[in-house]
Amino acid sequence: MNYAIEMLNITKDFPGIRANDNVTLQVKDRSIHALLGENGAGKSTLMSILFGLYQPTEGCIKIRGKEVKITDPNVANELGIGMVHQHFKLVECFTVTENIVLGMEPHKNGVLDLKSAAKKIKELSEMYGLNVDPDSLISEISVGMQQRVEILKMLYRNADILIFDEPTAVLTPQEITELISIMKNLVNEGKTILLITHKLKEIKAVADECTVLRRGKYIGTINVAEATEKQMAEMMVGREVNFSVAKEEAKPGDVVLSISHLNVKNNKGLLGVKDFSLDVRAGEIVGLAGIDGNGQTELVHALTGLCKIESGTVTLNGNDITNYSIKKRIEEGLGHIPEDRHKHGLVLDFTLEENFAIHAYNVEPFAKNGFLNKAEITKNAERLIEQFDVRSGQGAKTITRSMSGGNQQKAIIAREIDRSPELLLVVQPTRGLDVGAIEYIHKRIVEERDKNKAVLLVSLELDEILNLSDRVAVIFNGELTGVVDRKNTDENELGLMMAGSKKEVN
Amino acid sequence: MKKYEKIIAPLLAILLGILIGTILLVFSGKSPIYMFSTLIKSVIGYDILKPGPINLRYFGEFLVFSMPIILTGLSVGFAYRTGLFNIGGEGQVLVGSAASTAAALLLPMSGVPHLIACLLAGALAGAIWAFIPGILQVKKNINVVVTAIMLNYVGLHFSNWVVQQMPTFAKAKTDYFPVSLKSPFLASITNNSRLHWGIIVVLVALVIYHVLIEKTSFGYSLRATGFNREGARYAGMKVDRNVVYAMMISGAMAGLAGAIITLGTFGYGRQLGASEGYGFDGIAVALVGGCNSIGIFLAGLLFGALKVAQPAMQALQIPKDIATIISACIILFVSMQYGIMDVVYKVVGRFKKKDEVVTKDGGEA
Repeated sequence: MNYAIEMLNITKDFPGIRANDNVTLQVKDRSIHALLGENGAGKSTLMSILFGLYQPTEGCIKIRGKEVKITDPNVANELGIGMVHQHFKLVECFTVTENIVLGMEPHKNGVLDLKSAAKKIKELSEMYGLNVDPDSLISEISVGMQQRVEILKMLYRNADILIFDEPTAVLTPQEITELISIMKNLVNEGKTILLITHKLKEIKAVADECTVLRRGKYIGTINVAEATEKQMAEMMVGREVNFSVAKEEAKPGDVVLSISHLNVKNNKGLLGVKDFSLDVRAGEIVGLAGIDGNGQTELVHALTGLCKIESGTVTLNGNDITNYSIKKRIEEGLGHIPEDRHKHGLVLDFTLEENFAIHAYNVEPFAKNGFLNKAEITKNAERLIEQFDVRSGQGAKTITRSMSGGNQQKAIIAREIDRSPELLLVVQPTRGLDVGAIEYIHKRIVEERDKNKAVLLVSLELDEILNLSDRVAVIFNGELTGVVDRKNTDENELGLMMAGSKKEVN
Repeated sequence: MKKYEKIIAPLLAILLGILIGTILLVFSGKSPIYMFSTLIKSVIGYDILKPGPINLRYFGEFLVFSMPIILTGLSVGFAYRTGLFNIGGEGQVLVGSAASTAAALLLPMSGVPHLIACLLAGALAGAIWAFIPGILQVKKNINVVVTAIMLNYVGLHFSNWVVQQMPTFAKAKTDYFPVSLKSPFLASITNNSRLHWGIIVVLVALVIYHVLIEKTSFGYSLRATGFNREGARYAGMKVDRNVVYAMMISGAMAGLAGAIITLGTFGYGRQLGASEGYGFDGIAVALVGGCNSIGIFLAGLLFGALKVAQPAMQALQIPKDIATIISACIILFVSMQYGIMDVVYKVVGRFKKKDEVVTKDGGEA
């Protein structure tokens, strides 16, 4: 058997932690191999070893059968290993070509020669069906296109082993479908792909084999065609996994959030939300479904006070909060789990305990007479860490940036739920998280509902909407296309509504 | 960066800066021993080449040079912690000077209350001068950097105009003030140096800075704003208000620097041909000091030493530009501190690996 990559019996110790424990990963040439594991299972460490960022404590690496020592990323590049990072490393104000050649600019007699580079990029793009225009500016192309530029960057450097780190986390469903076909193209043209992910659906759709890691240990390698999603999930988590959330019938109470004839402008100055009306009652979860970019962000920003409302009203528990400040809305009982946890949810350079105090930093018990009460802040953090099982390196004093995405999200959820808000506005709560974390977060959201709180769930994942919601509202082009009962609807109907076919509001 | 890195990296930067200065000096055909002896003499008043009694006047003068740049360092650091770059320290120092001059000559007061009024006038003028870029940033989205730089020039001419209006103005300066920070006591213990009570102002400012930033809830919201403005806004903080307040406090610190120079070092109002660079020194001090109060204090002393040693170096035919080059190199290396730590770890890693071969106990940091 020809293996492109063999990482044999790799062990990696960090002070106090064994990040990889006797892990073996063998990737067949010209195949797509998935590396599956929860956050913190050791995937990134293993990849950092392959990429030369860390040296293994024990074990050896073979590339195409030859044992190699990868001492730094340059060695990895020379061996033909290229990585498409989850967070793109692109210069926004440069063109595609300029970004791709960055670091190895072609020149003729000392003068930059972008023309020949652009030609080569065009050829590569056509060969692999990437459809990238070498002359566009990065700032003007979509996220999906930007990812293709990252792929081209690797191809341009003659990489033939491509590592994709969580490539679909930032993509829309359509872009995911396109990426899958691109990956298949790449393999057909002789490349080998190593896909790091925890999305089982995608593994099923694209990978040939799958290696599973759990808590640093090697669990096994399976043939994807013969395995079910459920089996893979169980290997990953180490116990049986429930994809559907157990919940009882909702007992809706009074209206908590009432949105009426809301109009909101988007950042282009056009109406992003048009004449939108929706009620959310206590004790129910209303899911807002829709394709990305149909006004969800504007609606959420209008509800939380991050952007101005043009016209219409929003009431919370009967109070008109339309013109309230962000702070006043929070005090009025609005909890918000934001879409972008790095930008809005957390101050990444703060410690975990400081982030937990962010809404109440200036009132007792966290502050008195303008001075912070650090003991109380720590106590509060330790309580939440315990209660919500937030894992971090140094407990309450951990810099939030160093925590895994799943635990960052858990921290936000802990903070918001702990305030016990009347209305919980949850946006894309499980984006980029693994099965175990998703299960946990879904459970917590349903618990809030059962505590008779109102929940508005905005999600691009239809599965999530269907799993959690009691009622589903659909937004298209900024307008409400309808509200349906979860019991009486299915993916097909919602799909049509998401594409704009109206349904009478019931 | 880890805690110990925050200490080691600037120290390495300083060593490297001094090293480069030394090498350049050797190339220019001068003995670096004179440079070091001048530096040491300028700080503690002891000449290692000509051993004799310690002359504390040098120490006093060294502090006189360091005091205002510690204050402007605090000024830049405070704004920086809120995510703002206050490059307008220069102008804020000058209007602070002018305001304290006016207060000293015009206010019908006397004694310590008059002195405090003069200091407050300086701080207030600096705060107002920094309020302008702050409010323009918030209301009109005009970058503070641009406005602050332009206000440096306006500040120079405006403060000169103010000084010229003083009743006792003649030959580019005013008469001596009825009050000043000058201290016969401090002068007497430092062999008649110009050391003055401004030192108390500096120490108080250092404490206020530390408490305000690290201990108060206001400081917490400023830090949140500095790290993640959108995140702070989302959490319900008044980000715009924080920006304006942070600029004003920053400006007040710079204004105080101007006040202690005028009230303490000179004791009379001056008309200036050009800015004296205290504001820009503050940027270096804040950067090297890592924007925390102890760091700024130490960095202020360092740059104060390099500043005060320049005339003495010149006297020994050592180009005073060497001191400027050292300052510049230190700033450069501090900006490269991540890279420097990277190199350090590589070197340390190599030593560690050699150990491993011998001891075979595995594991690396």
